Order: sequence, then structure tokens, then C-alpha cells
Amino acid sequence: MASKILFDKGKVIAGIVIFLALVTFPFIYNLGKAAPAPEPELTPKAKAAKVCVRDTEYMNKEHMQLLDVWRDTSVREGKRIYVSPNGTAYEMSLSNTCLDCHSNKAEFCDRCHNYASVDPYCWDCHIDNPKEAQ
Amino acid sequence: MEKSRRSFLKIAGVAALGLGAKPAIDVLAAGGGTQEPEPALVRGPQAMTAQQWAMVIDTRKLKTSGDLEPLIEACHKIHNVPKMPKKNHEIKWIWEDEYGHVFPNLHAEFVDESVEHRPFLALCNHCENPPCVRVCPTQATFKNSQGIVTMDMHRCIGCRFCMAACPYGARSFNFFNPEPYIEHVNKEYPRRMKGVVEKCNFCAERLAVGKMPACVEASNGAMAFGDLYDPESEVREWIRSNYTIRRKQNLGTSPSVYYII
Repeated sequence: MASKILFDKGKVIAGIVIFLALVTFPFIYNLGKAAPAPEPELTPKAKAAKVCVRDTEYMNKEHMQLLDVWRDTSVREGKRIYVSPNGTAYEMSLSNTCLDCHSNKAEFCDRCHNYASVDPYCWDCHIDNPKEAQ
Repeated sequence: MEKSRRSFLKIAGVAALGLGAKPAIDVLAAGGGTQEPEPALVRGPQAMTAQQWAMVIDTRKLKTSGDLEPLIEACHKIHNVPKMPKKNHEIKWIWEDEYGHVFPNLHAEFVDESVEHRPFLALCNHCENPPCVRVCPTQATFKNSQGIVTMDMHRCIGCRFCMAACPYGARSFNFFNPEPYIEHVNKEYPRRMKGVVEKCNFCAERLAVGKMPACVEASNGAMAFGDLYDPESEVREWIRSNYTIRRKQNLGTSPSVYYII
């Protein structure tokens, strides 16, 4: 009677094996071929400044939250100056502060955004690289 | 030792509570330790403030279209306002119009000739009771702490209720991406994208650094700008010593742009 627990045993198991092979194929095929995380490239000006508005680790992880706070407080509350914990004051402006140092949008911003497959629409309106084209 | 089901469940419940509380305790414990100071968000040192910014336009000093053009140009240039080829796609922050259109309820069949042919500047009135702000479903347009009716472009969904509500036609809609139609790009001020409404912002970005609005600066003394609620301000001085009118005052929006006729 035990053989009657699974009907058409051969077909079912073969089917499961083929199904698993198909489903896991993309993972097996790309195993070990993951694209390395890109390093953002710094302009000479950014290198010379050494520090950003916050430390590098914070900026890596939280720059989107920081920019969100910046846009809300500058547009809605009219407060346009950011005094960082080390006491330096910065104008809260994507075009005039961030992109003044990081004037290489393609190498600094886009590379990581493309890698992470995020598509922020900041630059639809905020003009990148304010100083270079002047 | 025999345990009852009841006592087992009691102990399990207390244990689960203890485990659940751990993250909360960790967060609270971290708060008292050595943390770096919070960043401060402040106004700039040169920022000018007012209870209600207001403008007085001395139309006696602005006699021809040629007098108005540099003021309009100054504004549209620094704010990246596009010149659209078709009139029905036009985008304007400040523009020229005739007496009968600017003051329709004061217009009569026969009026003073000098007034009839004089061009008038029209712009957002930064009303004290702005109808556009009431209708905005996303609070994209709002009245800021300085009395300026301004736009948060990040929130605008392009519904155009505000355009329907504004009795002065001060708002324009971007039917297209404005980028190709901007003649001189000012890299320090953002552009707009397709599908948002835009209008005059009383140069809030210039007031924040201690500068007068661009049109006032270009007007050679034909316009005054200041705090409506400061009796010593230039606008109050001009209003005190001249007869002024406002656009469609009877609607109750209380415009902040005054015209000396």
C-alpha cells in the first residue's frame, strides 16, 4: 500500500526537479558575478574640503533623509541655514551647496543611484553643477 | 514536578513581555549616553522678516510698456520662467495689462485718458485671505510665516484648483516641460517640471538673504516693498501719503499689492 501514497511518482518528482531548476536558474547562473558596489568619485574641491555637512558614514546612509528635511524646512518654514553638529553653517540648497562641491553628478550621484536602481527626480528642476557652466 | 497549564502560560507570558521590552529599553538607555549634538535649522543672519510683506506700485512713474519690460524681464530671468511660444500656454509671474482688466470693477465707459492708456503691472497679490490656499488639496500652496503665499513644488499635483480659485489670474500651469523654453538659465534657482502650477513668490529666496525683490530693485523707486504691519515701513509711508487702490477688493481676499493711481 505504501507505493500508493504518491501516484505517478516518476512524473511528479521529475516535474519538481525541472521546476526547481527553472526557478533557481537565474540565481545559479549569476552566482559569484554580482556587480561590485560603485565607489562615488570625489571632485578635487570635495576632497580638499575633507568633511561634508555631516560625517561620511551618516551621509552614505542618511543623505536622502537629510535632503528631505532640508527641502521641507527651507521651503515651508523659510529656515535656510543648517548648522551641523560641528558648528559649521551651510545653506540648505541642493544646487548651491551639495552640487557646488560634488559638481560631478554622473560620477558622484548617478553611479550609486543606478546601481541601487533608484531614480530620484531632484534634477528635473534643481539644476546640477551650478558653477561649471557659468 | 507537575506544572499546570495555567502556571506555564503565565510564565511564558511574562517571558515574552520581557523579550519584547528589550529593544525599547535599549533605545531609552542609548538616549542618556554620549551623543553628538543635534544640528540646528535656522534663518540666515541677513534674512528680512515681516508680519505681512506688501508692495506699493506707483503707476504714475511707470508710464509706458518700455518702463515695465525691464521689471518683468528681471523677475522672469532670475526665476527661470519660460517663454512659451503659444499664448494659451503662457507662464507669467508678473505681467502687463490694461486698466480695465486689472481693475474691472472700477472701470467705466469713460475714464481719465492718462489712466486709460497707462500700462499696469499685475502679479500675485499675496492675499491675507488667499482663496488658492483654501482650495489646495495637498497644501502645496500655503501662506508662510511672512505672509507670502508660496508654492511647495514638491507637493503640487497639478490639479489646478488654485488657478480656478485665484481671482487675479496670477497662476500659470506648466502644460509642457518648460526646460527648452528658458532663454537664460539661472543655475542658482530651480526650474519647474511638467504638470505643476507656478506663480510669483515675492522673491522669498532673495528676502532670505537680505535682498529686495527683483522687480522692486529694477524699478528705480517706482515700487516700494516692506512690512504692512510696521507703521514705519516704506509701504505704510507711501500708503499714508497717497491714494491707493487694490485689485478686486470687494472679494474680501485682502490683497497686499497696492496701486498709486
